[in-house]
Amino acid sequence: MTDIAGPARRGGGHLRTLRHVFAENPLTLFALVLFVLLVAAAVFGELIAPYDPLATNSDRALEPPSFAHPFGTDHLGRDVLSRVIVAARIDLGIAVCAVALSFGVGLLLGAYAGYFGGWTDRIVGRFVDAIMAFPLFVLAMGIVSALGNTLWNIVLATAIINLPFYIRFARAEINARRDAGFAEAARLGGNGPFRVLHGHLIPNILPPMMVQVSLNMGWAILNAAGLSFIGLGVRPPTPEWGIMVSEGANYIFSGEWWIFLFPGTALVLSVFCFNLLGDGLRDLFDPRRRT
Amino acid sequence: MTIKLIGRRLASALPSLFFVLLMTFVMSRALPGDPAAYFAGPSATEASVQEIREKLGLDRSVMEQFGIYLGELARGDLGTSLNTGQPVTLDLLQRLPASMELTLFALAFAVLIGMPLGIAAAAMPGSPVDHVCRALSTISAAFPGFFVGLLLVFVFYYLLGWAPSPVGRLEIWYSPPPAVTGMYVVDAMLIRDWEVARAAFGQLILPAISLGLFALAPITRMTRASLIGVLSSDFIQAARANGLSVGQVLVTYALRNALLPVVNILGMIFSFLLGASVLIEQVFGWPGVGRYAVEAVITSDYAAIQGFVVAMAIIYVLLNLAVDVLNTLVDPRVRYEG
Repeated sequence: MTDIAGPARRGGGHLRTLRHVFAENPLTLFALVLFVLLVAAAVFGELIAPYDPLATNSDRALEPPSFAHPFGTDHLGRDVLSRVIVAARIDLGIAVCAVALSFGVGLLLGAYAGYFGGWTDRIVGRFVDAIMAFPLFVLAMGIVSALGNTLWNIVLATAIINLPFYIRFARAEINARRDAGFAEAARLGGNGPFRVLHGHLIPNILPPMMVQVSLNMGWAILNAAGLSFIGLGVRPPTPEWGIMVSEGANYIFSGEWWIFLFPGTALVLSVFCFNLLGDGLRDLFDPRRRT
Repeated sequence: MTIKLIGRRLASALPSLFFVLLMTFVMSRALPGDPAAYFAGPSATEASVQEIREKLGLDRSVMEQFGIYLGELARGDLGTSLNTGQPVTLDLLQRLPASMELTLFALAFAVLIGMPLGIAAAAMPGSPVDHVCRALSTISAAFPGFFVGLLLVFVFYYLLGWAPSPVGRLEIWYSPPPAVTGMYVVDAMLIRDWEVARAAFGQLILPAISLGLFALAPITRMTRASLIGVLSSDFIQAARANGLSVGQVLVTYALRNALLPVVNILGMIFSFLLGASVLIEQVFGWPGVGRYAVEAVITSDYAAIQGFVVAMAIIYVLLNLAVDVLNTLVDPRVRYEG
């Protein structure tokens, strides 16, 4: 168990813990491999892709998967594999930005609400209630249509609907640690409330927050893809999984299944990857909450 | 006692309703430039923009504008849709039964599969059923509903030919049953037109499954966790010690207690599904409010989008309220705690 390893843990300890986690749940290793592939696709997209993802070729439109085009070609003759690879950047990019935004804002708001209580807590609580009073996908649609249909607003909308979860989580975690020994010690040492909060309490809740981040990433990807599936945010011809699925939907009835299936599968795998990583991180950081 | 408690629940829903309206108001005024021009649409004349500007009270103070906004909502006036030329309220009311039918069937699907699965997993923790249950909830959490919908259409319509053409609520050669509830399956059954009922149900199966899959994971997980908690409590131990059979303890003692928290989250899940149905309706050409909203978003029909968001939020608040009240009536513990 990771939590009782204590001070004896030195050097190889972390590796041993990792090995233990992987041995107990081999799916985490699978998720890690997927994660590396995803990041590689996101970073090196155009370099890995066999074709230009935007290059059309009407002579080779709607070709089924073949050796030259492993995922086939779409209605404009673009290579589906290349588009799926290059799309990783924009899909992960939206999710990472949105999650980072709601993580940063949510952590601070939640931490202040949990530490100071009183009016700070009440106002933040009301704000959370107001967001949670909407069906979240509908709220995201409303925000994007009100602020304008741009990529940045998709990020903002996704961040806003994720905010309540971070605020609640940070608030609960800070609340539980507010009167812990180390926080009391920091206060007795003459630190003001902000130094106790930023120097001692917040660093302590970062590991459980990271679990939340990972579990949340998958959801953020799904949300962004859902929004672009209905025509918000990313616009064609930009390769993005949600749009590619919606373009492919038109060709199901004539049997061209590869156009929607491959980007959809990429979407599922990336969400699956982050969910599994979240479970793995939880095993690593927070053994008590193991399911 | 009970009435007083229900009254208190009603009162506690008011602030969240107020904040919802405040947020939708802010959203409708956050439009860049002149909101009146947005609501009037691109082809509006100067006169109609001016008319809308006066109606929205854009020349007055923000507080007054909010007052006007609330007054219009209270009268059920959500403005006029540019796409249909009809009042948004009317548009939404016409399309709501279709969405309700889809969402209810999806919920029924999730409950009918999820609850037994959760119960079986809790009764035999660590068994293959438990593992299937966990795998299912992990996998279904990763599948976007719109993708599942397309997969189902491809397999069951294109490849196997089992499903009817996945567009709309009824194939064109059937005429819809006279509207009573607005749900075709129920209405057709009311006039004993079994053929139409079956046809409407056939159209519903695929979209309901793609939507319900979304709710399957939380229901299964909640049932399992809640039942495991109840099974380890003292009164169950006592019942077992007194020699009651496992089945008897499970059904008459444990289930009644374990299902309360599950019912509790059903309201939340239902409204969650109402939001998620936007995408499913798009896939299956289902003529509900979600599809209406998507069309409005694409064509920048602002009154229609805002109306949809407000309507969904109000339904959401009311549903949660209904579940709360129901709980107060059913669960004596809630009554005494309150």
